[in-house]
Amino acid sequence: MKNCYINGIGSVSIQATGFSIFDAEITTVQNVNKAQQPSYKELIAPAMSRRMAKGVKMSIYAANKALFEAKMVDPQAIIVGTGLGCIEDSEKFLDAIIENEEQFLTPTAFIQSTHNTVAAQIALLLQCKAYNFTYVNGANSFENALFDAFMQLKHLDKENILIGGVDEIAPYTFSMFEMVGKVKRVGDNINFKKPETNGIPLAEGANFFALSVKKTANTYAEVVDLLVFNDFKDDETSTIKAFLEKNNLSVNTIDVIVLGVNADAVQQPFYHKIQVLFTETPQAYYQHISGSYDTASAFGLKVAAEIIRSQSYPEKLKYNEAQPEKIENILLVNQNNLTDFSFVLLSKC
Amino acid sequence: MQNRVAITGMGIISSIGNTVEENFNALISKKAGISDIELITTRHTNEIKVGEIKLTNEQLQQLLNLPVNNTFTRTSMLGAYAAKQAVNNAQITAINEVRTGLISSTSVGGMDFTEKHYKQYDQYPEYQKYILSHNAGDSSNKIADYLGLKGFVSTISTACSSAANAIMLGASMIENGYLDRVIVGGTDSLSKFTINGFKTLMILSDTYNTPFDQHRKGLNLGEAAAYLVLESGEVVKRQNKHVLAYVCGYGNANDAYHQTASSENGEGACLAMKKAFEKAGIQPGEINYINAHGTATPNNDLSEGRALLRIFNSVPKFSSTKAFTGHTLAAAAAIEAVYSVLALQNNMVFPNLNFKTPMEEFHLIPETEPVKTEINYVLSNSFGFGGNCSTLIFAKS
Repeated sequence: MKNCYINGIGSVSIQATGFSIFDAEITTVQNVNKAQQPSYKELIAPAMSRRMAKGVKMSIYAANKALFEAKMVDPQAIIVGTGLGCIEDSEKFLDAIIENEEQFLTPTAFIQSTHNTVAAQIALLLQCKAYNFTYVNGANSFENALFDAFMQLKHLDKENILIGGVDEIAPYTFSMFEMVGKVKRVGDNINFKKPETNGIPLAEGANFFALSVKKTANTYAEVVDLLVFNDFKDDETSTIKAFLEKNNLSVNTIDVIVLGVNADAVQQPFYHKIQVLFTETPQAYYQHISGSYDTASAFGLKVAAEIIRSQSYPEKLKYNEAQPEKIENILLVNQNNLTDFSFVLLSKC
Repeated sequence: MQNRVAITGMGIISSIGNTVEENFNALISKKAGISDIELITTRHTNEIKVGEIKLTNEQLQQLLNLPVNNTFTRTSMLGAYAAKQAVNNAQITAINEVRTGLISSTSVGGMDFTEKHYKQYDQYPEYQKYILSHNAGDSSNKIADYLGLKGFVSTISTACSSAANAIMLGASMIENGYLDRVIVGGTDSLSKFTINGFKTLMILSDTYNTPFDQHRKGLNLGEAAAYLVLESGEVVKRQNKHVLAYVCGYGNANDAYHQTASSENGEGACLAMKKAFEKAGIQPGEINYINAHGTATPNNDLSEGRALLRIFNSVPKFSSTKAFTGHTLAAAAAIEAVYSVLALQNNMVFPNLNFKTPMEEFHLIPETEPVKTEINYVLSNSFGFGGNCSTLIFAKS
């Protein structure tokens, strides 16, 4: 069977354009965190750019970076995961329906509100007529895309696939999230290690990956296996152990576990269970860098791929005190409110 | 054929019936489900016709036996209703006994409730429980919970081709050994959001839609949900399952032409059909019935017609069933998959209602009456915004 390698990565995040996890400085997350928009003029004509949704632009930028880095010109599939799609345009269109009582509407916002706009716009830009898919399964939307690509590279006659995860912040959606306590409010203490307040520090971003069956000089890591599911059939411990055993690994042979902790006191107990199982293992976190959103776990994969390739473990990722001796196998664990679970297993090449 | 993915159950709710049987009877008796809109208050009431399911949300809650404090949107309720039927039809009693997944598609997700309460949420705290039901994935999680399913759950949204992609992914996961059984399909409720969206694109007909007719004026929106139960050959053998039909081919391509319009020559559609034939290992000449996408918009029917003429030396019997149901968006390919299976089971081509005048660009005449004829393979097309083109091929059991 063929393998699935990460050969290129592109990212737009709340950190400065070109940010690296090995940089000294990071922007600290607030209760709400907007992505730092790069310059799009080299990629998108200004007239187009003005009309384009933020999610589309961030994705085009990140996709382009990933493809360029991997020297990939002809992806045989474009697969995108997004929690809410271009939600800003959904809001715009809904606002217009309500304010103008269903009159004088224009189609642009409606068109962009469709969940598959990002994957479609990338296909249009690349003139790529290949397989094109969009997953919208909440917090494992990105892992759904990764799974699809993984399965196709392993089993089907495909060599190169572009995948990504993207989500936007939109003002009214944010205020609705505030009403139900899903997000942090202004002034809420944000503590990832000992969360005391409910809600997540909401953010946005786009993270894209060029995946291939071919290992190159630029390869970051191999995606060895992944599991996407809505709920545990057995308990957490035995499910994780079985997943590792299937891949000839065990709790002790995981060099770093990357946790999708999101500073939400309500959600912390799940991660605590995982921590207990991996007490001796170096534990990493990343949402204090990316902020939290449905597809933030794609930023987590980027971080994991970077540390495995560089074989260095920046202090700022440390969730516990343990220091890895080597970084060969990384397990990523993510969920949202006890559903949309994912495990992703990466190995050094 | 090895590895053929079996269809062992199906369930449906649409404007032409709340069961598979009701849908079949409506199809063969030419009884369309297109009407005036009754359950949504909209300024456009007199300018549109819709394929509306005449059950209120309260009635759906009762049918599903949901607790009072539930947070199911209409999309989730329609989905749960159809998915449960499919599971019962496949005689599944212990849903998690084998690796079972759910792949559901939707385009509106919880928009029907969001648009109702939007901007009033702060004044009416009792509605706030629906805020987190907006995202599309929530509907699939709700359906999975309703079925008691624990495992792979996924949601696909590729506009009007969504459910075809759900079926395709499910089939592929069984073929490649990731699942033993998967419930695949889609659900979408009518919403003011989509009504106004399609209205701005000027592709809504003000009367009954007329697929493949020269004077077609656009589509009628509809709402529906449908699911198939797919099972591996091994499960079928071990449990001695009754097989309704097989999923034998599928193809997905992107037109890469325009965000909302299909290319003139139907490039994406051709690619999707070609891939489906490659996968199925059959020739176009072996198809006995095409359930076309046929939305009755000027653009789709021209593009699809041209694609059919490019693929088929002689276009087999075909029809669009959207004159019965309206265009049910992310559920369309799922209800049409059910109709494709019914076509195979009953050796029956369903009529393309409201067709009178052939299009001037080509000579393609859909079937306008139910036709009894031997059917071994059915091809079903679904195309969506964003150039998403998908084709499924079903084979007789």
